[in-house]
Order: sequence, then structure tokens, then C-alpha cells
Amino acid sequence: MTVLCRDCFCWHEEKAATHGAIGRCPSCGSPRLARHPELSTLSIGHIDCDAFYASVEKRDDPSLFDKPVIVGGGRRGVVSAACYVARIHGVRSAMPMFKALAACPHAVVIKPNMAKYAAVGAEIREMMREVTPLVEPLSIDEAFLDMSGTARLHGGPPAETLARLAKRIEDRIRVTVSIGLSYNKFLAKVSSDMDKPRGFHAIGKVDAAAFLAEQPVSIIWGVGKTLQRTLMADGIRRVADLQGHSERDLMRRYGAMGQRLYRFARGEDNRRVEASSPVKSVSNETTFDGDITTAEALRPYLWKLAEEVSGRLKRKGIAGSTVTLKLKTADFKLSTRQRGLQAPTQLADRIFRVANDILTHEADGRRFRLIGVGVSDLCGEALADPPDLAEPDLDRRRRVETAMDSVRAKLGDGAILKGRGLGAGRMKQSPSDKPPPDED
Amino acid sequence: MKITIDRAALLKPLAHVQSVVERRNTIPILANVLLRAADGRLGLNATDMDMDVVESVGCSVSEPGSVTVPAHTLYEIIRKLQDGSEIELAVVPDSGRMTIRAARSNFSLPTLAVEDFPSLTGDELPTNFVLSAADAKTLIDRTRFAISTEETRYYLNGIYLHETTENDMPVLRAVATDGHRLARVQMPLPDGAAGMPSVIVPRKAVNEIRKLIDETDGDVHIGLSENKLRFSFEDTVLTTKLIDGTFPDYERVIPQSNDKKLLVTCREFKQAVDRVATISTEKSRSVKMSMGDGTLTLSANSPDSGQATEELDVEYSAGAIEIGFNSRYLIDIADQIDDGNKAVFTMADAASPTIVTDEGDESALYVLMPMRV
Repeated sequence: MTVLCRDCFCWHEEKAATHGAIGRCPSCGSPRLARHPELSTLSIGHIDCDAFYASVEKRDDPSLFDKPVIVGGGRRGVVSAACYVARIHGVRSAMPMFKALAACPHAVVIKPNMAKYAAVGAEIREMMREVTPLVEPLSIDEAFLDMSGTARLHGGPPAETLARLAKRIEDRIRVTVSIGLSYNKFLAKVSSDMDKPRGFHAIGKVDAAAFLAEQPVSIIWGVGKTLQRTLMADGIRRVADLQGHSERDLMRRYGAMGQRLYRFARGEDNRRVEASSPVKSVSNETTFDGDITTAEALRPYLWKLAEEVSGRLKRKGIAGSTVTLKLKTADFKLSTRQRGLQAPTQLADRIFRVANDILTHEADGRRFRLIGVGVSDLCGEALADPPDLAEPDLDRRRRVETAMDSVRAKLGDGAILKGRGLGAGRMKQSPSDKPPPDED
Repeated sequence: MKITIDRAALLKPLAHVQSVVERRNTIPILANVLLRAADGRLGLNATDMDMDVVESVGCSVSEPGSVTVPAHTLYEIIRKLQDGSEIELAVVPDSGRMTIRAARSNFSLPTLAVEDFPSLTGDELPTNFVLSAADAKTLIDRTRFAISTEETRYYLNGIYLHETTENDMPVLRAVATDGHRLARVQMPLPDGAAGMPSVIVPRKAVNEIRKLIDETDGDVHIGLSENKLRFSFEDTVLTTKLIDGTFPDYERVIPQSNDKKLLVTCREFKQAVDRVATISTEKSRSVKMSMGDGTLTLSANSPDSGQATEELDVEYSAGAIEIGFNSRYLIDIADQIDDGNKAVFTMADAASPTIVTDEGDESALYVLMPMRV
């Protein structure tokens, strides 16, 4: 068994007899050892920050150090991140806030400061790029790193480089990370979850199949609640149950997903770590403090979201020709409606008008808890918002918006507002291209 | 109901009415065609609630009556039966079935209650006038390519038909625009059309009407009210609801002071644009027109697929300018101009709308928005 000390980075071989024992590093005495027979050859890493939003808040306010901290929206929102103290009380990310507070009434609740987390996330990403150019971010706080062929450059195998990186992040950013190491993306991501927080876990070719066999099928990327239910009905609960089926059999039953199930169940995943996956959509959504029914009451929120999405499109210099409106009802039914545009847009006014038109049809008396708007089918801004023969006012409206943008750039976002945004209250927004809630 | 009819005689009206029926229907009765036999004729009727087509054809009626059966299925059956065959349609009493017999083929279709079939037809419409098939064709062909498909601006999803005056002459005018291009065609106001309401005829109805026009050389009758249009000839009547909206004030966007005039033979122009556009990117399809003394250079440039230029001899002397256009829109417009005629471009600059007309035909006018290139 090959062993790496995660504190002094020295390597040694452990005798088979001590397998599983909690040994200590022979050089520095640290118990933080990474062990795996293939430790010196595995090269696909997954780095995931521990309770990221909460960790950042704790870092910036030391008085929170030993307190349960929950980062999330108001009374109605969901938990975006819960620190490990809060987790002792049963708080989990994506849990509705009222449930979280019932479980842990003395928790300190902090409104998410996305700009801050994004900045810290970007710093960490920069540090990742120092060790390999092949960094594929999955969200604001996690990424795949393909470390193949970096051993000579860094003077040690990927495992060591990653362990050193984890320590550097901890020292410099003062946020802990967990590392998963394997021979493909799927297993690397699974590994990083095995030893949280501040963990290091490796899965190699020798133990992948046996390890997976014991896991529930939901561990496979792409198996959500619905598919899990289908699989359950077919008697498939653990990955081991999948391993018993032939590829043909699974594909016949589940189509293309069947092939993925077959391969992933065997620890096969040939997706490559792609350094840049282009943005496909820009969207934003908000959960209300209380359910809202009428289009009139939803409109101010929609306008603010449209402005926010438009702002991001403008900053990125892109535009899109599909507008999507997302609504979630009080009983958590999700509806998304799309509308194609005649020409790509990046204007808040245009995004709002199209989404508002859909909204008018959708607001049929149902109670909504969430509204979101997104723009997709993206292209460069050169083609955006051409003058329009059927809307001679469009150009004037574009100039108004550009003027408002420049006032805001100088004097701040609140310097000038449109009346249609009034009444939205203060919003907790979850912008995305596409960072989901910080799950760890 | 029991009738016998020649296959060809039934197929033609059935083809007309079935094309109105939506392929997917949430309301079952809308998938059906209403058949009504009486006085030696068979009436066929189909609707999608916005549009209604009624047609009648002579047949031999042995038992008058009416029934509704699935339109697409009936059409498919009749289409596949041998040409020249005699078809018998018969409702089997109290069984909810209609049988179709021809030679040794037998079919039985489920029926739905006749009373449930919605009808748009009936009432008289206040404005009535007659157009020749050729004029009706022109009104549609010159404009329909510019109809918008954008749902948000639903009032652009059709042809705006209205009465106006041009040089103090009353005219009937059709306009369509999708914001990028606008097409306008007009003709002397037909008798009876004076005082007609201004209406927007939805795209689906326009397309159905256009198909029907191909079947006649005679006159077509138009009936019109604020919210309905009826189009009829011989034994066919199509009634459609109109788009309830306000068409934008298009006159404002037709430039009045463009002064740079270019004349180019339409056929040459169209072919050159088509060639050069091979290179332009999928997304923008842009082609640049560079005008100089007596020449027009078409060019396309794309970082991915390369570059193309082609030079044409034209009549032009208004100073060098460059304007970018969507090649597909250029071709759509050129398609409306007679191949041998000259297309006339009247331009201002690279950011303002350009007017295109047919040198030999003053009835139609097209406005095209430039692209930034």
C-alpha cells in the first residue's frame, strides 16, 4: 500500500499487515495519510471546497468559528450552505430554511453574498490553474483537474501535487478543500465526497468495481429522483444490481442512459476534462418570502431579474435569442416556458417584455414560490438588438437603457431605477451560469 | 347516411379540408371532418376553431344524413384506394361507426356526435368584394415571406390587409413584416371594398388560402368583418378568425429621403448573392454590398469558413458606400422580382433601412434593415 503524508508530503510503503490501521507518518507523526495501491499513478483530481459559503463567512468573522452558520435566503429560501457545526444538528444544504431553523434554532443565518464567494472561488481557481491548465470548473467552488503528465514538472505524482495544493489553499485562502483522486471524472467526483471535510480519497482500478457495488445507484451522475424511482421499481437499488445486467439489456430498458449506467457501474467514464466549457445560458431566479399569485405582483421581480441577466450578458459581451421563464408553484411543481426571438437580445427591456408575455399566460391563479428568467441560444453582441421595422421605438429604448447603464456604472446600481421594479422588495437572487447551491 | 362517390371527386375536397385539421389535437372532435349528405351533394367541413373550411361535391345520396369521422385517417384511406374506384360511405345505425367500401376493401371508422362539431360559418359579413385569382396570388406571394413567427409580437404573425390611398387613388394594400424586412403590395381598390375594416389575416389561413388559389383560374370572393374573413370560390369556402391586435404604423419606417439608387439585373444579383452567401456564417448569413461607380461587389467573410467576393456591373453613381444584409432576406426579396427585370435599391447609409423595388412593377415595395458587418 502506497502512503502519502498530507502534512509533510513524504511517501512510504505500508506493509500489508497494517492495512486499514490508523497509522501515523513515520517522518512527522501526522495521522493525515492518503493511502492507495495506485496512489502514485492516478491523475484525475476533483477539488471541492468544504461548506464553501459558510467557510468564507467564518473566515471573515472569527466570532462565528464555533457557531452553527447557515448561509441562505430569508424565511422562505433554502439553505445554500451549512457549516459542519450546523450539520451536527441535521441541517443540510438545499433544505428549506424553516426546516433548518427548526432543527437548529440557534444557528446564525447569513444572507448569501455571491459577489464575495465568486471572488474567493476565482482566487482558488487561479491556484488550481497554477498546477495544470486543464481545470474544468463545475461550479463556483469545485473543479476537475487533469494532472496527467505533470509529474516531472512538479517533481512528484499528481497525488502529491494535489495534497500540496490543498495545503496552499488552506494557508492562503483559509478555506479547506476535499480532494478526490482517480482515473476518471466520475470516480474523482465520487471520491472527493468520501472523506469530507479536509479530506483526501483515492479510488483506483483495483477497487473501483467493488467500491461502487456497495453504493446506491444515485451515486451515478445523471441518476436523479425520477430515474432512481424507475430503477427501484425494476429492482435496482445499488450499483451492484446494475453490474449484473448486460449493456444491451440496460440500453433496451433505459435508452442512452442505460449505456451510461452500464459503463459508470463498472467505473468506466471516458469524458475528458475540458478546460473551457462555453456558457450556454445566463439566468437568475428568486424565491419569494410568501407565495405570489398575480402577474402584477410577479412583474417587479421579473423586471429586476431581467435587469440582472441583461447586466451579465452586457458584461460578457454576449446576447441570446431564446428567453425562458421559470416558475415554481407553492407545491413545488416546476414549469419552464421558452420563447424564440426574431433577433438576439441583451436588453433588459426586451427580455422583460418577452418573459412578461409568457408570464401573463402562466399566471392563471396558481400560487408561485419562485420566478426565474434566463436567456440562451447565445451569440456575440454584434448581432444583438438590430433596429426593428415593426418597433421604431426599440432604438430609443436601447439608448435609454444604455444611458441608465452608464449612470449606474458611475454612481452605483441603485442610482437610477425603473418604476416597474418597485414592489419587488429586497431579493435573494441565485444567479447562475450555472453555480448550483454549495452542496458541501 | 349512405352515399357513393368517385374516388377522385372525394379526394380533392377532402385534401382541402383535412389540411386545416391539426395533427395533434387535445379536443377530439377537432380531429374529425363533418360529412353531410343531402340533395345529391356531399358537404365536407373541418376546423381548428380559428379557421373553417367547407366544401361540397356532387355524389349519389341513397340516405341523407351527417356524421363526423377522423379527418386524417379518412384522407389517408381515400388517398390509398385505387384511382377510378367507386366508394361507398355508410353510417351503421347505432354502432357509432362509418364504413368505407371500395371494390374489395372494407374500412370502419369511429364517429363522434355531429352536434359537438363547432361551426364558424353562417353569418353574413358586411364587406364583400371580388378579386381575380391572379391578384389574390400576388397579394399573398409578395408579402407572406415577411410574416413574423415571433409569438410575443402576435400582431405580426399575419398579413395586414387594409384600404388606403396612393396619389389620391384608393388602393387595397397588403403588408407583412418581421421587423427585419417589410413587404408592401397594393392594387386598385376592388368594387365593394370601400370602407372595409383593416384586418390581420393569420399565417395559417394565408397558407391555406394560397393552396386553394392554385386550384382556380376564376374569381375569388372575399367577405370581411372586423374579426372574420371569408374566402370563397366555386364549391369551397374558407372562413378564418383574424388576429386581434394592432399592426404597427409601418409608414413611419419606410424611408422617404433615401437618395442613393442602384439598379441591378435581378437574376444576376440573386445568383451572385446565393454564391457568396455560401461562405457567410450560419448564424448571421450576412453579405456585404459595396457600391462603387458602376459596380457592386458582394462579399462574405467568416473566420471559420473563408471568404468570397463577386463583382457585378450595375447602374450606380451615388458615391462609394458599404451596407451589410442578411443574404436570405436579399434572396427572399429578389424572388419576388421578375428575373429579367431590374431590382432597384434605394439607400441612405449602412445603418438605415433600404428600399427595394421592381423596376417594371410599381405595385410592390420592400424595406430591408441592414446588418452591422
